[in-house]
Amino acid sequence: MQAIQTQKAQLQTSVNTDGVLTLRSSGDWTLDNLDEVAVSLKSIADESRAVSAQWAFSDVGRVDSAGMMLFIHYVDVLGAKGCKVDITGMSAEHEKLYQLMRRHVSEHIEEGSRLSLRIPNLLAYIGRGTVELFEDIVSFLAFIGENFTVVLSSLRHPASVRYGAIARNIEDAGMRAIPIVAVTSFLIGVVVAYQGGVQLEKFGANIFIVDMIGISISRELAPLITAIVVAGRTGSSYTAQIGVMKITEEIDAMRTMGFEPHRFLVVPRILALMITLPLMIFLADVIGILGGMVIANLHMHLSYTEFLHRLQGTLDVKQVWIGVIKGPVFAWLIATVGCFYGFRVSGNTESIGRYTTISVVNAIFLVIACDAIFSVLLTSLGI
Amino acid sequence: MSGHMNEPIVTVKDVVTRFGEVVVHDGVSLSVNRGEIYGLLGGSGSGKSTLLKEMIMLLQPSSGEINVLGRKLQTISAADSADLRRRWGVLFQAGALYSSLTVEENVGIKLREYSHLPEKLVRDIVAMKIDMVGLPANAAGLYPAELSGGMIKRVALARALAMDPELLFLDEPTSGLDPVGAEAFDRLILEMRDTLGLSIVMVTHDLDSIWTIVDRFAVLGERKVVAEGRLAEVLENPHPVVRQFFSGERGRLRSRNGK
Repeated sequence: MQAIQTQKAQLQTSVNTDGVLTLRSSGDWTLDNLDEVAVSLKSIADESRAVSAQWAFSDVGRVDSAGMMLFIHYVDVLGAKGCKVDITGMSAEHEKLYQLMRRHVSEHIEEGSRLSLRIPNLLAYIGRGTVELFEDIVSFLAFIGENFTVVLSSLRHPASVRYGAIARNIEDAGMRAIPIVAVTSFLIGVVVAYQGGVQLEKFGANIFIVDMIGISISRELAPLITAIVVAGRTGSSYTAQIGVMKITEEIDAMRTMGFEPHRFLVVPRILALMITLPLMIFLADVIGILGGMVIANLHMHLSYTEFLHRLQGTLDVKQVWIGVIKGPVFAWLIATVGCFYGFRVSGNTESIGRYTTISVVNAIFLVIACDAIFSVLLTSLGI
Repeated sequence: MSGHMNEPIVTVKDVVTRFGEVVVHDGVSLSVNRGEIYGLLGGSGSGKSTLLKEMIMLLQPSSGEINVLGRKLQTISAADSADLRRRWGVLFQAGALYSSLTVEENVGIKLREYSHLPEKLVRDIVAMKIDMVGLPANAAGLYPAELSGGMIKRVALARALAMDPELLFLDEPTSGLDPVGAEAFDRLILEMRDTLGLSIVMVTHDLDSIWTIVDRFAVLGERKVVAEGRLAEVLENPHPVVRQFFSGERGRLRSRNGK
C-alpha cells in the first residue's frame, strides 16, 4: 500500500455586492496540507469587514482534527468580529467530527500576551533562591542530625550495622576506583617533577626535587586529587542510586517495612567511604612519588637509590599522616553530600541529573574549603 | 465503520520470538481489521506485551512476518518507518510521559515536531485533545509528577491521539484505574473509535473491557494464539487456556450478568 495521495487544502474567497463573504474550501484539510490555507485565512480574517459569510465545505476531501480546528478557529474569529457565518455542504462524517470538537473547544479567543515585569521577577527570583538556600542548609543539618542518631544507636547495637552493605560499598568505591586513582596520582607526580625540576635545575639544586615531591604529594596533592576523583566517581553515584530509589518509591517501601533508609543506605555508604579514602590516599602517595621518581631519573638523572635514600631522610611520617588523616574527613563530606542530594531528588528523571551535578560540585567545593581550613589550622599549630 | 471493515490493518504471521533459551512466541498468527477494537489477551508472561512491542517496532521477532498499515516491518525502509510512526499512536502502560515537559508540551510534542502549523493552532488542538480525554483545562501546565495515575493515563491517551492516528496501540489502558475510571476510559476509547474512525489494538486483561468494547480478540497461551474471534466464538472454544481465562470467578459472574 502506498501512502494515500493527498491534495493541498485550498480556499477560494469572494465578496459579493451585498458585502457577503463567500468562502469555498476544497482539498484535504489534514495536518500536512494546511500551511497555505492557514496563512490565507489569517489575512482574510484580518481584512474582513463582512457582516455575514457563507462557508462552503462540500468540496473538502479528508479532514482531521488539525484541519477542523483551523476551520473552527476562523469561524469563531469571524463570529467575534460580528460576522454571521453560515456553514454549508458539510458531509455527515465531517459534521460528526465538527460536533465532537465543538463540544471540546473552549469558546474564548485569547489574543495578546501577558505583560512581563522584569524587575519584580528578578527580585522574586533572588528571594526564592535565598529561601531555597536556607531551606537547603536547614535540611542538610537535619539530615546530618538524623544520620548521627542512627550512628549512635548502631554504636550501642553493633549487630544492627549492615556489614555486608559496607563491604559491598568498599568494593565499589575502593577496589574499582584503584586504576583511575593510580593513573591520576602517577600523572600528578610526573607533572610536579617536571615543573619543579626545571626551576630547581637553574639553581643546581636537583636533589631537592625529592623533598618537593615527597612533601607536596603526601601532604596536599594526593589527598586532594583522590578526594576529587572520588567525589566525581562515588559521590555522584550515591546521589544517582538513592535518587532512582526515591523515584521508584523503593525508599518509601523500605520505610513501610521498617527499614530505616539511613541505617540501610546512608550509614554503610558513609562508613565504607571513610574506611576506603585514607587507604586510597596512601596508595596515591606511593604512586605519585613513584611517578615523580621516574621523571627525576629520566629528566634529572637522579638514580632511584639516591632518590629513595634522600626520601627517607626528608619525608617525615608526620607528613604522610597529615595527608591520610584528611581522608575520613573528606570521605564524610563527599558521602554525606552525595546521599543528601539523593534524598532531595523528587518527581522526575531530570531532577536526578540536576541533583547529581549539584552534589558533585558541592562535594568538591566542600573538600577544597575543608583542605584550606586544614592548611590554616596546621600551619598556625606549627605542624 | 463502513465498507472497508474487513481489510486487515495489522497482520502477524508465524511469528517466533526467542530471548536466549526462552521461547516466547512459537508461530503466532493473527489479523486486525480496519476500524475494529482488537484485544490481545493472555495471562502474565504469555507474551502479549512483547507482541505489541514487535508491532510498534521496538522489538524484532526472531522470525515471521508482521505487516502494519500495509508495510512489512522486517524489510521496512527508514522513510517508511518514519511515516508509520507518524500515523500510529501508542499508549504505554505507565503512561511514559516525558517528565521534564508539561502536560501541554507532552500532548503537543508530535504536532510541534512534525508539522509547521502556527503555534496558536497547535495550542488550540492540544487544548481540545486535553478536554476530549476529560481533563480540566488547568491540568495543561502541570508536570507528570504532579498528576494522579488516572490523569497520567488520560494525558498519555491525549498524546497518542494528538496527530489523529489511523491506528492506536494501547498497552493495558485501564490497568491501575478504579472501576469507575476504567469504565469511563473504556467509553472514551469507544467514542474515539466511532467518531475518529480509529483502529485500535489493545493489550488487556480487564474482563470488563473485553465484554464491553473489544470487537475481536486473540487469546495468547502456550506460546501460540489459542483462540481468535468475537467474544461469542471464543467462549465456545474448549481450549484449556481459554476455559481457565473465562471460567474464573470473575469470568463466570460476568457471563451470567451479560453485557
